[in-house]
Amino acid sequence: MAARRAPVGPMLARQTWAEFLKLWRVPAFSITSLVLPVMFYAFIGIGQASEEVSPHVTFGAYFLASMAVYGVANVMIFSFGISVATERGMKMDVLMRATPLPPYVYLLSKCITAIVFAALTLAVLFPFAYLAGGVRLDPSAWVTLATRVLLGSLPFIALGFAIGYLSGPNSAVAVINLIYLPTAFASGLFFPKQLLPDFIQRISPYLPLHFFGQLGWDAIGAPTSESVSTDWFYLAGYGVAFFVVALWAYRREESRKFS
Amino acid sequence: MTPAAQLIDATKRYGNVEALKGVSLNIELGEVVAMLGPNGAGKTTSISLLLGLRKPTSGKALLFGLDPDNLDARSRVGVMLQESGIPAVLKVREIVDLFRSYYAKPMARDRAIAMAGLEEKAEALVKELSGGQRQRLYFALAVCGDPEVLFLDEPTVGMDVEGRRSFIERIAEFARMGRTVVLTTHYLEEADQLARRVIVIDRGLVIADASPKEIKSRVAGKRVRFTAAGLTDADLEGLPVTTSTISDHTVQLLTNQPEAVLSELFRRGIQVSDLEVSGADLEDAFISLTSHRATS
Repeated sequence: MAARRAPVGPMLARQTWAEFLKLWRVPAFSITSLVLPVMFYAFIGIGQASEEVSPHVTFGAYFLASMAVYGVANVMIFSFGISVATERGMKMDVLMRATPLPPYVYLLSKCITAIVFAALTLAVLFPFAYLAGGVRLDPSAWVTLATRVLLGSLPFIALGFAIGYLSGPNSAVAVINLIYLPTAFASGLFFPKQLLPDFIQRISPYLPLHFFGQLGWDAIGAPTSESVSTDWFYLAGYGVAFFVVALWAYRREESRKFS
Repeated sequence: MTPAAQLIDATKRYGNVEALKGVSLNIELGEVVAMLGPNGAGKTTSISLLLGLRKPTSGKALLFGLDPDNLDARSRVGVMLQESGIPAVLKVREIVDLFRSYYAKPMARDRAIAMAGLEEKAEALVKELSGGQRQRLYFALAVCGDPEVLFLDEPTVGMDVEGRRSFIERIAEFARMGRTVVLTTHYLEEADQLARRVIVIDRGLVIADASPKEIKSRVAGKRVRFTAAGLTDADLEGLPVTTSTISDHTVQLLTNQPEAVLSELFRRGIQVSDLEVSGADLEDAFISLTSHRATS
């Protein structure tokens, strides 16, 4: 009986490859997620790259951390949110459900794909900052920045997943932009928080992207308002909260469509 | 031996609508079964219960004696559903390989693609396929795992006559490999061509379950068709027929006593032209079966 099921390894590999191609071949996603952070870096970062924002920290390095956080979280939310919403809209989920593909393999393949895309974003952004922005960091700081940014993006996968199940295929992009862009600004990823309106400055320290940003800025040696462990703690808390919402949205969908 | 698929007194309610009102059926390995019925009769609901896409409100659905959600059961089944999407930006070859990876002992990729007649489209993206080609791709995805049982929900819907004919031949080819095929259709000739067993479903109940031949013989043996102007149901009152339908000026009667029907028509002085008397086919049987219930 056991031999009747296909082995999970090759299934996961195929599914992940398919998920990757699905995103890669949609330029609206692949180009924007790879190019946008670099473009923002070119417009905002390069001009004043060598100026020091705090002792021994150049704006070039500081804004590299900002864009790494922005770009990676962007991939996580968009790749998940839009692909899930679209596939629900096309009733692809119904066909998948009738196959012997275990649901966890499907979800895992999407997570792996999102992480691979996020890593690609960094693979474009880092050399660009090094060459065009003249950013010089200790090798360990590059590694710390990359690992923190990839690890810290996991809560945003859960957020994207929740949005994918809560919004429709046509509204997912709008919903994500409405949530993501303003919070990116409010968390100081594009310009210093001191320039934000007063009430936003008061909300800002509680936003998930604020904690995520702090992890990035700390990695390149910039001073931050909380300790790294505090940032991780809050980010993990958001991760759990997003995950609970995602799970609730998933269950709701299950009971509507498949009961 | 455990049946391949089983419904045991299954009911299904969507809100206030009772889609299935207590259906029991066993489908054995090796059978080729057509589920026949008008739109909304409960065919798709029956298939959805057997595949675990829906849960019965009461009663049971089993696949190989297991809960249809069980992956061991699903691994033995290939499925073609109505209105299900597939990623537009994958190539035919890629998506067939993807679906093959879901099964322990799939067919060779080229064979699955050939069974669907898509050899020349293997490198095409899904979004470049025509409607009929896309339908055939769904067929390739359903058979590529080399399943023991193939479920096809209205597989030829939206196809032209020629497309349907060749598609039915593809399904027959798969069935000849000794596999079980369960298809729903409202095209009666498909059931007649393919299936050795026809289950007629109407308004959530099984109203007939027999071979196409038996179903045909169970109802009126002859069909009387003619054209007459201005005829109403009242004019046909009292004729020895099982069913009568009038559309425009064409009248169709099903009866076991065609001679008596004709002499009565002439006695009543009804002007008959284009008269035709022939053996009833499955379509007539079907109309007769379902309209019986409508009037009873």
